[in-house]
Amino acid sequence: MEVLLFGIAKDIVGKTVIHLDEGGEVPASVSELKEQLISSYPEFAKLSSLAIAVNSEYATDNVSLGKGDEIAIIPPVSGG
Amino acid sequence: MNSKRYDRHIILKDFGPEAQQKLSEAKVLVVGAGGLGVPALTYLNSMGVGTLGIVDNDTVSLSNLHRQVLYNESDVGSSKVWKAIEKLKAQNSETLFEAYDTFLTKQNALEIIKGFDLVVDATDNFPTRYLINDVCVLLKKPFVYGALHGFEGQVSVFNYEGGPTYRCLFPNMPKADEVPNCNEHGVLGIVPGIVGNLQALETVKAITGLGEPLSGVLLLFNGLANSFQKIRFSTNTENLGITELRESYEFECTIPVQSVQADSFERLLEKRKLQIIDVRTPKEYREFRLKDSINIPLVDLETRREEIDMQRPVYFICQSGIRSQKGVIQIRKYAPKANLINVSGGINQLSMYAAKY
Repeated sequence: MEVLLFGIAKDIVGKTVIHLDEGGEVPASVSELKEQLISSYPEFAKLSSLAIAVNSEYATDNVSLGKGDEIAIIPPVSGG
Repeated sequence: MNSKRYDRHIILKDFGPEAQQKLSEAKVLVVGAGGLGVPALTYLNSMGVGTLGIVDNDTVSLSNLHRQVLYNESDVGSSKVWKAIEKLKAQNSETLFEAYDTFLTKQNALEIIKGFDLVVDATDNFPTRYLINDVCVLLKKPFVYGALHGFEGQVSVFNYEGGPTYRCLFPNMPKADEVPNCNEHGVLGIVPGIVGNLQALETVKAITGLGEPLSGVLLLFNGLANSFQKIRFSTNTENLGITELRESYEFECTIPVQSVQADSFERLLEKRKLQIIDVRTPKEYREFRLKDSINIPLVDLETRREEIDMQRPVYFICQSGIRSQKGVIQIRKYAPKANLINVSGGINQLSMYAAKY
């Protein structure tokens, strides 16, 4: 499972992409993915407003995830 | 309209005189004449949008010039709205301009926006973005969104023909300390140029009905990979049912931050020596500083908090009042009883008095 990181999410992780299935297990839903991100990178906990896309489609917390899915983590950005 | 001027539009298949006529009849409001607003305005003006409104209350500063390419060194210190109009008039004398030398606020936004067909959101902060969204939903106006983070940008067309809104993507405004802006985080000069031009393109498409505007699609641009990605999202009908503006568009804080307006702060400065913590970067501080202010950049504030005398009132200041507000929130955790005051509007609001200090 490929997770693409944008904005402040990229800054928190320090990479533009992470792979989550290296240990064999992948999060089963968007909300599990969020929990996993927070436990690996505690700074995610402070992001109250975070859009998640699964295979280029906006996804709510209850959307289930599979191994081949491409995820994008999209925090709001404010610069202009 | 001088048709010779737009000849290359008129001979363009699928564009032609009809689309050009639509542009000339269009009234577009650009909120923010900065990194995004400058390219958007320059092209909308050159392409023949009939009426352009510009909202900005800022003045040109030296650190704007690397990305706000409409302004020259000699413009530093001048009003952005008036300088922009002066230059845009020289570029296209047929355009009608409406100047709004003010920040967009809950009080003036409905009145300003109602006179336009479409809004370009070229602002640099969340409170104004959410305000634009809600006003556009109320008035049923489309708005073309663009925003930046470092080497990345986002573009979308919201509230277009019943399509999704900004709140369908990001329902609630982030808290003050969640996401940094360009002043804190930096931005590569060309990136707002690209994103602002994409906003101009989407604006032209929305006005003329050409192609497929990015309605229900968030375009993500990554300058380092030079890649574009599209995310589809749909309307949450709840967000279209707004019947009035929110109580406040200030950053939501669990406890309100004590603040002082620029003019009252100026009177205090005249009376006595204040403890002023300037939370901007050392570079910004070197460019301009208030007398007797102490520079502790926001990123170092928590680790260097011992340098602040909590027994005395502490005035936090930055360029626009956003970072200093974050500063107050950060320090309040360690010194809940201290008298911590945010200078509302920051140095931007003080600049008219700055010569004295």
